[in-house]
Amino acid sequence: MDMVLTVLTWALLMAGAFFLLTGALGMVRLPDVFTRMHAAGMTDTMGAGLILVGLLVHTLAGGGELVAVPVRLLLILGFLWFTSPIATHATAKAALSGGVRPFTRADESDEGQGGASS
Amino acid sequence: MNRALWLWGILFAVWLLLSGHIETLFIVFGLFTCTVAVWVSVRMGIVDRESVPVHLLGRAIAYVPWLVWEVFKSNVRVARIILSPRIRVDPSIVHFRASQTTDLGRFIYANSITLTPGTVTTGVTGDDMEVHAIVQSEIDGSEENDMNRRVAVLEGKDPR
Amino acid sequence: MFAVTAAALLVAMGLAMCRALLGPTAYDRVLALNNIGTKTVVLIAVLGFLNGRPDFLDLAIAYALINFIGTIAVLKYIEYGDLGAPSRPDGGEAN
Repeated sequence: MDMVLTVLTWALLMAGAFFLLTGALGMVRLPDVFTRMHAAGMTDTMGAGLILVGLLVHTLAGGGELVAVPVRLLLILGFLWFTSPIATHATAKAALSGGVRPFTRADESDEGQGGASS
Repeated sequence: MNRALWLWGILFAVWLLLSGHIETLFIVFGLFTCTVAVWVSVRMGIVDRESVPVHLLGRAIAYVPWLVWEVFKSNVRVARIILSPRIRVDPSIVHFRASQTTDLGRFIYANSITLTPGTVTTGVTGDDMEVHAIVQSEIDGSEENDMNRRVAVLEGKDPR
Repeated sequence: MFAVTAAALLVAMGLAMCRALLGPTAYDRVLALNNIGTKTVVLIAVLGFLNGRPDFLDLAIAYALINFIGTIAVLKYIEYGDLGAPSRPDGGEAN
Protein backbone atom coordinates (compact mmCIF):
# COMPACT_ATOMS: atom_id res chain seq x y z
CA MET A 1 0.00 0.00 0.00
CA ASP A 2 2.77 2.37 0.96
CA MET A 3 4.59 1.40 -2.17
CA VAL A 4 1.57 2.28 -4.31
CA LEU A 5 1.21 5.67 -2.65
CA THR A 6 4.91 6.43 -3.02
CA VAL A 7 4.77 5.59 -6.71
CA LEU A 8 1.65 7.70 -7.08
CA THR A 9 3.36 10.65 -5.37
CA TRP A 10 6.35 10.31 -7.67
CA ALA A 11 4.13 10.09 -10.72
CA LEU A 12 2.12 13.17 -9.74
CA LEU A 13 5.20 15.24 -8.89
CA MET A 14 6.96 14.29 -12.10
CA ALA A 15 3.87 14.92 -14.23
CA GLY A 16 3.55 18.31 -12.57
CA ALA A 17 7.21 19.05 -13.23
CA PHE A 18 6.73 18.02 -16.85
CA PHE A 19 3.84 20.46 -17.32
CA LEU A 20 5.78 23.18 -15.51
CA LEU A 21 8.81 22.79 -17.74
CA THR A 22 6.70 22.55 -20.88
CA GLY A 23 4.82 25.69 -19.90
CA ALA A 24 8.07 27.51 -19.18
CA LEU A 25 9.46 26.36 -22.52
CA GLY A 26 6.32 27.66 -24.16
CA MET A 27 6.86 31.02 -22.45
CA VAL A 28 10.16 31.26 -24.31
CA ARG A 29 9.21 29.68 -27.63
CA LEU A 30 5.74 31.03 -28.44
CA PRO A 31 5.59 34.12 -30.63
CA ASP A 32 3.56 36.74 -28.74
CA VAL A 33 2.09 37.70 -25.40
CA PHE A 34 -1.33 36.17 -26.09
CA THR A 35 -0.01 32.78 -27.10
CA ARG A 36 2.38 32.85 -24.14
CA MET A 37 -0.64 33.25 -21.89
CA HIS A 38 -1.75 29.77 -22.84
CA ALA A 39 1.64 28.41 -21.81
CA ALA A 40 1.44 30.36 -18.54
CA GLY A 41 -2.01 28.88 -18.00
CA MET A 42 -0.51 25.40 -18.26
CA THR A 43 1.91 26.11 -15.42
CA ASP A 44 -0.81 27.63 -13.30
CA THR A 45 -3.33 24.82 -13.74
CA MET A 46 -1.73 21.45 -14.29
CA GLY A 47 1.85 22.20 -13.24
CA ALA A 48 1.02 23.67 -9.86
CA GLY A 49 -2.08 21.51 -9.48
CA LEU A 50 -0.41 18.15 -10.00
CA ILE A 51 2.53 19.03 -7.73
CA LEU A 52 0.20 20.17 -4.94
CA VAL A 53 -1.93 17.03 -5.33
CA GLY A 54 1.28 15.00 -5.20
CA LEU A 55 2.22 16.67 -1.91
CA LEU A 56 -1.33 15.96 -0.71
CA VAL A 57 -1.01 12.26 -1.51
CA HIS A 58 2.37 12.20 0.21
CA THR A 59 0.83 13.74 3.33
CA LEU A 60 -2.10 11.35 3.33
CA ALA A 61 0.34 8.46 2.97
CA GLY A 62 1.79 9.41 6.34
CA GLY A 63 4.28 12.15 5.51
CA GLY A 64 2.83 14.82 7.78
CA GLU A 65 -0.01 16.05 9.92
CA LEU A 66 -3.37 14.88 8.70
CA VAL A 67 -5.50 18.01 9.11
CA ALA A 68 -3.38 21.13 8.98
CA VAL A 69 -1.28 20.24 5.94
CA PRO A 70 -4.01 18.93 3.57
CA VAL A 71 -6.23 21.90 4.39
CA ARG A 72 -3.47 24.33 3.54
CA LEU A 73 -2.57 22.49 0.35
CA LEU A 74 -6.20 22.51 -0.78
CA LEU A 75 -6.49 26.21 0.07
CA ILE A 76 -3.42 27.05 -2.01
CA LEU A 77 -4.71 24.90 -4.86
CA GLY A 78 -8.16 26.44 -4.78
CA PHE A 79 -6.73 29.91 -4.56
CA LEU A 80 -4.41 29.37 -7.52
CA TRP A 81 -7.21 27.92 -9.63
CA PHE A 82 -9.48 30.85 -8.78
CA THR A 83 -7.01 33.68 -9.30
CA SER A 84 -5.00 32.40 -12.25
CA PRO A 85 -7.77 32.95 -14.83
CA ILE A 86 -8.52 36.38 -13.39
CA ALA A 87 -4.89 37.46 -13.61
CA THR A 88 -4.59 36.01 -17.12
CA HIS A 89 -7.75 37.74 -18.25
CA ALA A 90 -6.58 41.04 -16.75
CA THR A 91 -3.27 40.73 -18.60
CA ALA A 92 -5.02 39.89 -21.87
CA LYS A 93 -7.43 42.76 -21.56
CA ALA A 94 -4.69 45.21 -20.60
CA ALA A 95 -2.55 44.05 -23.51
CA LEU A 96 -5.44 44.45 -25.96
CA SER A 97 -6.36 47.90 -24.73
CA GLY A 98 -2.67 48.78 -24.58
CA GLY A 99 -2.53 48.30 -28.33
CA VAL A 100 -0.70 44.96 -28.63
CA ARG A 101 -1.75 43.37 -31.90
CA PRO A 102 -2.29 39.61 -31.56
CA PHE A 103 0.08 37.48 -33.59
CA THR A 104 -1.60 35.72 -36.48
CA ARG A 105 -0.48 33.10 -38.94
CA ALA A 106 0.10 35.81 -41.54
CA ASP A 107 2.93 37.24 -39.41
CA GLU A 108 4.77 33.96 -39.48
CA SER A 109 6.69 34.78 -42.64
CA ASP A 110 8.03 38.12 -41.46
CA GLU A 111 8.83 37.36 -37.88
CA GLY A 112 11.70 39.20 -36.35
CA GLN A 113 10.42 40.34 -33.01
CA GLY A 114 9.22 38.26 -30.13
CA GLY A 115 12.09 35.80 -30.16
CA ALA A 116 10.07 32.97 -31.64
CA SER A 117 12.49 30.19 -32.39
CA SER A 118 11.37 27.77 -34.97
CA MET B 1 -29.76 36.27 6.16
CA ASN B 2 -29.30 32.64 5.34
CA ARG B 3 -26.32 33.62 3.21
CA ALA B 4 -24.80 35.56 6.09
CA LEU B 5 -25.04 32.40 8.22
CA TRP B 6 -23.35 30.39 5.49
CA LEU B 7 -20.61 32.99 5.24
CA TRP B 8 -20.14 32.92 9.00
CA GLY B 9 -19.92 29.14 8.99
CA ILE B 10 -17.37 29.08 6.18
CA LEU B 11 -15.25 31.77 7.84
CA PHE B 12 -15.31 30.02 11.19
CA ALA B 13 -14.43 26.67 9.60
CA VAL B 14 -11.44 28.29 7.88
CA TRP B 15 -10.43 29.90 11.17
CA LEU B 16 -10.53 26.59 13.03
CA LEU B 17 -8.77 24.63 10.31
CA LEU B 18 -6.01 27.17 9.82
CA SER B 19 -5.36 27.90 13.48
CA GLY B 20 -5.42 24.28 14.61
CA HIS B 21 -5.89 25.40 18.21
CA ILE B 22 -8.91 24.04 20.04
CA GLU B 23 -8.54 26.24 23.13
CA THR B 24 -11.25 28.44 24.59
CA LEU B 25 -9.33 31.68 24.07
CA PHE B 26 -8.73 31.07 20.36
CA ILE B 27 -12.28 29.86 19.76
CA VAL B 28 -13.67 32.99 21.41
CA PHE B 29 -11.37 35.13 19.27
CA GLY B 30 -12.59 33.24 16.22
CA LEU B 31 -16.25 33.67 17.08
CA PHE B 32 -15.68 37.36 17.63
CA THR B 33 -13.66 37.91 14.44
CA CYS B 34 -16.09 36.01 12.22
CA THR B 35 -19.07 37.83 13.68
CA VAL B 36 -17.47 41.22 13.10
CA ALA B 37 -16.44 40.28 9.56
CA VAL B 38 -19.93 39.07 8.66
CA TRP B 39 -21.55 42.08 10.32
CA VAL B 40 -19.36 44.49 8.35
CA SER B 41 -20.05 42.59 5.11
CA VAL B 42 -23.80 42.67 5.68
CA ARG B 43 -23.66 46.38 6.47
CA MET B 44 -21.71 46.97 3.26
CA GLY B 45 -24.36 45.04 1.37
CA ILE B 46 -21.89 42.67 -0.27
CA VAL B 47 -23.44 39.42 0.94
CA ASP B 48 -25.53 38.38 -2.05
CA ARG B 49 -25.91 35.70 -4.67
CA GLU B 50 -22.67 36.70 -6.35
CA SER B 51 -20.33 36.94 -3.41
CA VAL B 52 -21.61 33.91 -1.48
CA PRO B 53 -22.87 31.57 -4.21
CA VAL B 54 -23.74 28.72 -1.89
CA HIS B 55 -26.80 27.86 -3.98
CA LEU B 56 -24.37 26.50 -6.58
CA LEU B 57 -22.60 24.22 -4.12
CA GLY B 58 -24.45 21.01 -4.96
CA ARG B 59 -24.22 21.40 -8.73
CA ALA B 60 -20.61 22.62 -8.54
CA ILE B 61 -19.61 19.24 -7.14
CA ALA B 62 -20.67 17.72 -10.45
CA TYR B 63 -19.12 20.49 -12.54
CA VAL B 64 -15.65 20.75 -11.03
CA PRO B 65 -14.42 17.20 -11.86
CA TRP B 66 -15.57 17.62 -15.44
CA LEU B 67 -13.75 20.97 -15.61
CA VAL B 68 -10.56 19.42 -14.20
CA TRP B 69 -10.67 16.67 -16.83
CA GLU B 70 -11.28 19.26 -19.55
CA VAL B 71 -8.32 21.32 -18.27
CA PHE B 72 -6.15 18.22 -18.34
CA LYS B 73 -7.09 17.42 -21.93
CA SER B 74 -6.38 20.93 -23.17
CA ASN B 75 -3.10 20.97 -21.21
CA VAL B 76 -1.99 17.93 -23.17
CA ARG B 77 -3.02 19.62 -26.42
CA VAL B 78 -1.06 22.80 -25.66
CA ALA B 79 1.93 20.77 -24.46
CA ARG B 80 1.95 18.95 -27.79
CA ILE B 81 2.00 22.27 -29.64
CA ILE B 82 4.86 23.60 -27.52
CA LEU B 83 6.97 20.46 -27.71
CA SER B 84 6.63 19.98 -31.45
CA PRO B 85 9.93 20.86 -33.15
CA ARG B 86 8.32 23.59 -35.23
CA ILE B 87 5.74 25.72 -33.43
CA ARG B 88 2.51 25.59 -35.41
CA VAL B 89 0.04 28.02 -33.97
CA ASP B 90 -2.91 29.65 -35.65
CA PRO B 91 -4.14 32.09 -33.03
CA SER B 92 -7.12 34.29 -33.54
CA ILE B 93 -9.84 36.04 -31.61
CA VAL B 94 -13.22 34.36 -31.89
CA HIS B 95 -16.60 35.28 -30.48
CA PHE B 96 -18.90 33.02 -28.50
CA ARG B 97 -22.45 33.55 -27.47
CA ALA B 98 -22.97 32.72 -23.79
CA SER B 99 -26.36 31.29 -22.92
CA GLN B 100 -26.10 32.03 -19.18
CA THR B 101 -28.59 34.52 -17.86
CA THR B 102 -26.82 35.84 -14.76
CA ASP B 103 -23.55 37.70 -14.42
CA LEU B 104 -22.37 35.00 -12.05
CA GLY B 105 -22.97 32.32 -14.68
CA ARG B 106 -21.07 34.35 -17.28
CA PHE B 107 -18.25 34.90 -14.83
CA ILE B 108 -17.99 31.15 -14.24
CA TYR B 109 -18.12 30.47 -17.97
CA ALA B 110 -15.47 33.10 -18.77
CA ASN B 111 -13.20 31.82 -16.02
CA SER B 112 -13.65 28.23 -17.14
CA ILE B 113 -12.68 29.24 -20.66
CA THR B 114 -9.59 31.02 -19.38
CA LEU B 115 -8.67 28.18 -17.04
CA THR B 116 -8.42 25.71 -19.91
CA PRO B 117 -5.11 26.46 -21.64
CA GLY B 118 -5.54 27.20 -25.31
CA THR B 119 -8.36 29.65 -24.78
CA VAL B 120 -8.28 32.98 -22.92
CA THR B 121 -11.30 35.21 -22.48
CA THR B 122 -10.25 38.71 -23.41
CA GLY B 123 -13.57 40.44 -22.97
CA VAL B 124 -17.19 39.95 -22.04
CA THR B 125 -19.87 42.33 -23.26
CA GLY B 126 -23.38 41.25 -22.47
CA ASP B 127 -23.66 37.66 -23.69
CA ASP B 128 -20.81 38.05 -26.16
CA MET B 129 -17.53 36.39 -25.17
CA GLU B 130 -14.36 37.50 -26.91
CA VAL B 131 -11.94 34.59 -26.74
CA HIS B 132 -8.34 34.34 -27.86
CA ALA B 133 -7.64 30.81 -29.07
CA ILE B 134 -4.17 29.44 -29.74
CA VAL B 135 -5.36 27.14 -32.51
CA GLN B 136 -8.46 28.51 -34.12
CA SER B 137 -9.62 25.27 -35.70
CA GLU B 138 -9.62 23.35 -32.41
CA ILE B 139 -12.32 25.59 -31.03
CA ASP B 140 -15.16 23.71 -32.60
CA GLY B 141 -18.62 24.84 -31.67
CA SER B 142 -19.73 21.54 -30.19
CA GLU B 143 -16.96 21.36 -27.59
CA GLU B 144 -17.36 24.87 -26.30
CA ASN B 145 -21.10 24.48 -26.37
CA ASP B 146 -20.63 21.56 -24.04
CA MET B 147 -18.95 23.83 -21.47
CA ASN B 148 -21.52 26.53 -22.14
CA ARG B 149 -24.37 24.08 -21.55
CA ARG B 150 -22.81 22.71 -18.38
CA VAL B 151 -22.28 26.18 -16.91
CA ALA B 152 -25.88 27.03 -17.80
CA VAL B 153 -26.97 23.92 -15.90
CA LEU B 154 -24.64 24.88 -13.06
CA GLU B 155 -26.14 28.34 -12.62
CA GLY B 156 -29.61 26.85 -12.68
CA LYS B 157 -32.70 28.39 -14.12
CA ASP B 158 -33.70 30.28 -11.00
CA PRO B 159 -34.29 33.99 -11.49
CA ARG B 160 -31.99 36.69 -10.21
CA MET C 1 11.79 13.34 -5.00
CA PHE C 2 11.06 16.79 -3.58
CA ALA C 3 14.56 17.86 -4.57
CA VAL C 4 13.90 16.84 -8.18
CA THR C 5 10.62 18.77 -8.20
CA ALA C 6 12.32 21.81 -6.68
CA ALA C 7 15.03 21.64 -9.34
CA ALA C 8 12.41 21.48 -12.09
CA LEU C 9 10.68 24.49 -10.54
CA LEU C 10 13.94 26.44 -10.49
CA VAL C 11 14.66 25.63 -14.12
CA ALA C 12 11.13 26.67 -15.09
CA MET C 13 11.55 29.89 -13.13
CA GLY C 14 14.79 30.52 -14.99
CA LEU C 15 13.03 30.12 -18.34
CA ALA C 16 10.24 32.44 -17.24
CA MET C 17 12.90 34.91 -16.08
CA CYS C 18 14.40 34.83 -19.59
CA ARG C 19 11.00 35.87 -20.90
CA ALA C 20 10.76 38.61 -18.29
CA LEU C 21 14.14 39.95 -19.41
CA LEU C 22 13.54 39.53 -23.16
CA GLY C 23 9.85 40.33 -23.29
CA PRO C 24 9.23 42.86 -26.02
CA THR C 25 6.20 44.39 -24.30
CA ALA C 26 5.51 45.24 -20.68
CA TYR C 27 2.69 42.68 -20.70
CA ASP C 28 5.14 39.87 -21.44
CA ARG C 29 7.08 40.88 -18.37
CA VAL C 30 3.98 41.06 -16.19
CA LEU C 31 2.88 37.65 -17.43
CA ALA C 32 6.31 36.20 -16.71
CA LEU C 33 6.40 37.77 -13.25
CA ASN C 34 2.97 36.39 -12.42
CA ASN C 35 4.15 33.01 -13.62
CA ILE C 36 7.31 33.18 -11.52
CA GLY C 37 5.13 34.10 -8.55
CA THR C 38 2.95 31.02 -9.05
CA LYS C 39 6.04 28.86 -9.26
CA THR C 40 7.39 30.48 -6.11
CA VAL C 41 4.22 29.51 -4.26
CA VAL C 42 4.68 25.89 -5.31
CA LEU C 43 8.42 26.07 -4.59
CA ILE C 44 7.79 27.28 -1.04
CA ALA C 45 5.36 24.40 -0.50
CA VAL C 46 7.82 21.86 -1.91
CA LEU C 47 10.69 23.29 0.17
CA GLY C 48 8.52 22.94 3.26
CA PHE C 49 8.18 19.24 2.53
CA LEU C 50 11.87 18.96 1.62
CA ASN C 51 12.89 20.33 5.00
CA GLY C 52 10.14 18.53 6.85
CA ARG C 53 8.65 21.85 7.95
CA PRO C 54 5.04 22.06 6.75
CA ASP C 55 4.69 25.49 8.42
CA PHE C 56 6.06 26.83 5.15
CA LEU C 57 2.60 26.27 3.67
CA ASP C 58 1.34 29.35 5.52
CA LEU C 59 4.00 31.39 3.76
CA ALA C 60 2.87 29.88 0.46
CA ILE C 61 -0.72 30.98 1.12
CA ALA C 62 0.43 34.51 1.94
CA TYR C 63 2.64 34.58 -1.15
CA ALA C 64 -0.24 33.44 -3.36
CA LEU C 65 -2.35 36.34 -2.08
CA ILE C 66 0.44 38.88 -2.54
CA ASN C 67 1.25 37.59 -6.01
CA PHE C 68 -2.32 38.00 -7.23
CA ILE C 69 -2.79 41.46 -5.77
CA GLY C 70 0.62 42.51 -7.03
CA THR C 71 -0.12 41.42 -10.59
CA ILE C 72 -3.41 43.27 -10.66
CA ALA C 73 -1.78 46.38 -9.16
CA VAL C 74 1.03 46.40 -11.73
CA LEU C 75 -1.44 45.91 -14.59
CA LYS C 76 -3.59 48.74 -13.34
CA TYR C 77 -0.56 50.95 -13.05
CA ILE C 78 0.53 50.13 -16.61
CA GLU C 79 -2.95 50.74 -17.96
CA TYR C 80 -3.83 53.96 -16.17
CA GLY C 81 -0.48 55.21 -14.89
CA ASP C 82 -2.19 55.76 -11.55
CA LEU C 83 -3.12 53.29 -8.85
CA GLY C 84 -5.91 55.53 -7.61
CA ALA C 85 -7.65 55.76 -10.98
CA PRO C 86 -11.32 54.79 -11.04
CA SER C 87 -12.25 51.70 -13.00
CA ARG C 88 -13.10 51.95 -16.67
CA PRO C 89 -14.38 55.41 -17.52
CA ASP C 90 -16.73 53.99 -20.15
CA GLY C 91 -18.61 52.17 -17.40
CA GLY C 92 -18.00 48.79 -19.06
CA GLU C 93 -17.28 45.52 -17.37
CA ALA C 94 -14.72 45.78 -14.63
CA ASN C 95 -11.69 43.56 -14.99
